[in-house]
Amino acid sequence: MFRTRSIQSSLSIKDKILSIDYILVISIFILGLTSILAMYSTDGGELKYHTQSHILRFSVFFVMFLTLSFIQIRFWHSQSYLIYILFFILLLGVKYFGLTSSGSKRWLDLYFMNLQPSELMKVGLILFLAKYYHRTSIENLNRIRYLFLPVVVLIAPIILVATQPDLGTALLIAAGGLTVAWLAGVRVKFFAISGLAFIALLPIAISFLKPYQKSRILTFLNPERDPLGAGYQIIQSKIAIGSGGLFGKGFLQGSQSYLDYLPEKHTDFIFTLFSEEFGFFGSLFILFLYAIIVWRIIKIGNVTRSNFGKLFCYGFGTAFFIYVVVNMMMVLGLLPIVGSPLPIMSYGGSSMMAIMLGLGIVMSCKVYKDTPVN
Amino acid sequence: MLSPSSGNTVIKSKLIGRRMFLLTAAKAIVTFGIIGRLVSLQINERTKYKTLSDKNRFREWKLAPERGVIRDFYDKEIASNQQVYQVHLIPENSKDIEKLFVRLKTILNITEKKLFYLRRVIAKQKPWEPIIVSDNITWSEFSRLNLFLHELEGVKPIVSVARMYPDNSSAHILGYVSQVSAKDLQTKKYLKDLHVPGMSIGKTGLERKLDEEIIGKIGFQRYEVNAYGKRIKQILINEGQAGKSFKTTLDFEVQKFTSELLKDKAAAVCVMDVFNGDIVSLVSSPTFEPNEFVHGLDKTYWNSLIKNEMKPLTNKAIAGLYPPGSTIKTLVALSALENGVIKPLDTFKCEGKIELYGEKFHCWEKDGHGIVNLRKGIQRSCDVYFYEVARKLGVDRLSETAKKFGLGKKVLNGFIEERAGVVPNTKWKKKFIGQNWYLGETLHSGIGQGYFQSTPLQLCLMTAQIANGGFEIKPRIIFDKKNNNLREYIKYKNENPNDPLPTDLLVSNFELKPLFKNQEHINLIKDAMFSSSNEPGGTSYRHRWENKKFTFAGKTGSSQIKRFTEAQREAEVKQESLPYKDRDHALFVAYAPYNDPKYAISVLVEHGGSGGKAAAPIAKKVIKKVLERHELRERIDSLLGEQA
Repeated sequence: MFRTRSIQSSLSIKDKILSIDYILVISIFILGLTSILAMYSTDGGELKYHTQSHILRFSVFFVMFLTLSFIQIRFWHSQSYLIYILFFILLLGVKYFGLTSSGSKRWLDLYFMNLQPSELMKVGLILFLAKYYHRTSIENLNRIRYLFLPVVVLIAPIILVATQPDLGTALLIAAGGLTVAWLAGVRVKFFAISGLAFIALLPIAISFLKPYQKSRILTFLNPERDPLGAGYQIIQSKIAIGSGGLFGKGFLQGSQSYLDYLPEKHTDFIFTLFSEEFGFFGSLFILFLYAIIVWRIIKIGNVTRSNFGKLFCYGFGTAFFIYVVVNMMMVLGLLPIVGSPLPIMSYGGSSMMAIMLGLGIVMSCKVYKDTPVN
Repeated sequence: MLSPSSGNTVIKSKLIGRRMFLLTAAKAIVTFGIIGRLVSLQINERTKYKTLSDKNRFREWKLAPERGVIRDFYDKEIASNQQVYQVHLIPENSKDIEKLFVRLKTILNITEKKLFYLRRVIAKQKPWEPIIVSDNITWSEFSRLNLFLHELEGVKPIVSVARMYPDNSSAHILGYVSQVSAKDLQTKKYLKDLHVPGMSIGKTGLERKLDEEIIGKIGFQRYEVNAYGKRIKQILINEGQAGKSFKTTLDFEVQKFTSELLKDKAAAVCVMDVFNGDIVSLVSSPTFEPNEFVHGLDKTYWNSLIKNEMKPLTNKAIAGLYPPGSTIKTLVALSALENGVIKPLDTFKCEGKIELYGEKFHCWEKDGHGIVNLRKGIQRSCDVYFYEVARKLGVDRLSETAKKFGLGKKVLNGFIEERAGVVPNTKWKKKFIGQNWYLGETLHSGIGQGYFQSTPLQLCLMTAQIANGGFEIKPRIIFDKKNNNLREYIKYKNENPNDPLPTDLLVSNFELKPLFKNQEHINLIKDAMFSSSNEPGGTSYRHRWENKKFTFAGKTGSSQIKRFTEAQREAEVKQESLPYKDRDHALFVAYAPYNDPKYAISVLVEHGGSGGKAAAPIAKKVIKKVLERHELRERIDSLLGEQA
């Protein structure tokens, strides 16, 4: 901690504040405000529990994000493994002490909030691999024994999360990890080989799937298969979005969500609700905000000097993008319903916390862009 | 552990940058993919999805239209509507049907049997289709239900209207309404877009005849509902259109009066305006309670109806077939006159019986009527006279006249229960029985026995057409301002007594259809009928009205159920001493007042014995009642005429 403080002192407070990426901060803030509007609408136009709690979470974690921005990049680098291990322990904790809700064990009861460590692991894994590949030389990168550790840190949390069961989050964690590994220069053939191995193991994996998960995949392939059961969500979501038309039905006028046709409208289907009420232009607006955020994150990756910083920014930026498009494609009926929240928009403390943590680290890469990590 | 050189770091940075560029390109593609999908859903297919969204949002509840009312000639409602309280249930809105049933049982009076039935209906239909738990609950039950409504998810209390008949005197002619059956839906096209659970349709009588128009147009309520089917708010209401109401020619007062007269008898009465065919009264007895049918029939009541040997469900006036008996003698005589077979003063000698090829044909008067001409033949209803006339006339010419006067065919429109009856002739017998006609059968036909079958309505029509001077009229029960040509003709005739119109002018100027060749023949029959009722020796002389205002001219008849054996005949067995089922049907037809005929009447009393004893007294009372109300009727008629 002392060392961190001493290096920090080489930059003046004013420099640090000025070096923050304001476009990113403002975009996130606008997105936050938009999400509060959407949440207000899910509460039927009243300031009820979901809205209040969402405002509180956004405020707390937005401040956390700004605060984290000023933490030395070197700190994140040095503590990466520790953070990963901490998150992993939390995940293990879920396995033994977790709360079970609608058939899956995902949460830890922390008294003031229910924490979902799998969300944090999304960032933890990226952080771990960014450090790992930062430190691995380009010659060793594709040596088998240097692949061993990444594979272990990737597979271990995924197995834990997938068996909660939470297939969606497990896949998203994997996506973030694989992105970092690929960006670092791991050869495509390894991805190809593991991909083939995955396909070979798929039938076995499917046999482990819960019936509801199988039905989700089948339903995705043909939503009308069971319009009142598993296909219901996709159909109703498409109806909501499509019926929004160009300009939407108007704020608080989304009949699909107002009349409860829309499932999970606070969380996974928040984009649907917004799209129904604000139409095509509203959807484009959200998409535009996310594009700016991703663009700014990549941009920070470009300007930061350290490979750790680059790998983290690129990895997190890409993962963020994946979270957004997976959610959108899901509600648009382009992907099966896997249960993945829309960053910042969706209701959920852990997801918000993880995203803000990642953004904080990204911003730290910006503030300390010229600071060498080791 | 490892400390990469700065050159190595730069190479790595470049590698990372390159790969990131590829990723960015991939992201752009995915983003455009999403935008493309948004364009397709929100722009290209927005109409489709808007429709689907509305289909989600809106649910319509059909509203049964209010059935039109049926009024009598004086605008009194004889089939009206009343407010009823009902309990409907939408199974899908209830979390636990069984629990709900248990709860409902404590609030309403529902039997296990009914619940069993409801469960079966629920299993059969779609979960969102309402079923009717009870279609007529009391006000106290209804208010209790509303009080506990919050714990009865899925239950809807409904205030509806249902058919109500103020009186059962007209049950047969009005018919009744009842729940739509599966067969009704198949066979009646107009019900296709009309069906609302709980809607009643006409099953018999006028209710059935008028059903298509009287039923009305269906309404609906459109509600916005949430995903669980709960109504959020009413968007639209279309009340539908109440069914058309109808005014009939019936006189409710006469209906009640007649119905009271016929109580405890298996009988029928039909009264008709002789000029326009308006049916003033049409009563069949015993009657049934039509209100019982509206809300699902009670099984024991139903059984009591179908087991009753007096057949309360049959409208005897139009669906009961009886040999016309001696009432046909008017037509036999007329036919004979028209065909020139006899002259009015031609006589036959009645010795109580005649013999034909060894078979004996008896007159009802064992000792015979002596010398009988046409007038006396009708007055005394001498069978032998008519055996002789029929033998000369032949059955084919008789059947021609009988058909012309409305026998042997349906005379009302659209009553499914009406029956045509039989007017036999040689061809008919060949076709339906496959045998040749015997002369003996002609003799039986001459006194209205044998194959002859007719309804009381047909006999009334026959009498009316004689009474009005021999012009065709069409019986009608739905009030209609038109078709009073005959009345206009009579008016013309009364104003120009010395200027009789030739027949062809009758046809062209008044669009009348004479049923005679020579109207004098009709007048002879009318006069003979007068003597039958008003001159000593006449078969209904005992039941005449002295008062000119009510004086009627009639003809008795009795239709034989069982042929008398020779032994019975010798023993002079009286009808009253026979078992009920073996007694003759008593018939009486008449028109009144004699000097200015206005109404015709036919009375039938099943197993009543002789027409003179059982049927004529009833006719006498009904005639008085009808004629007492004639002025009132006339006044209303002229008022309505002015409106037109």
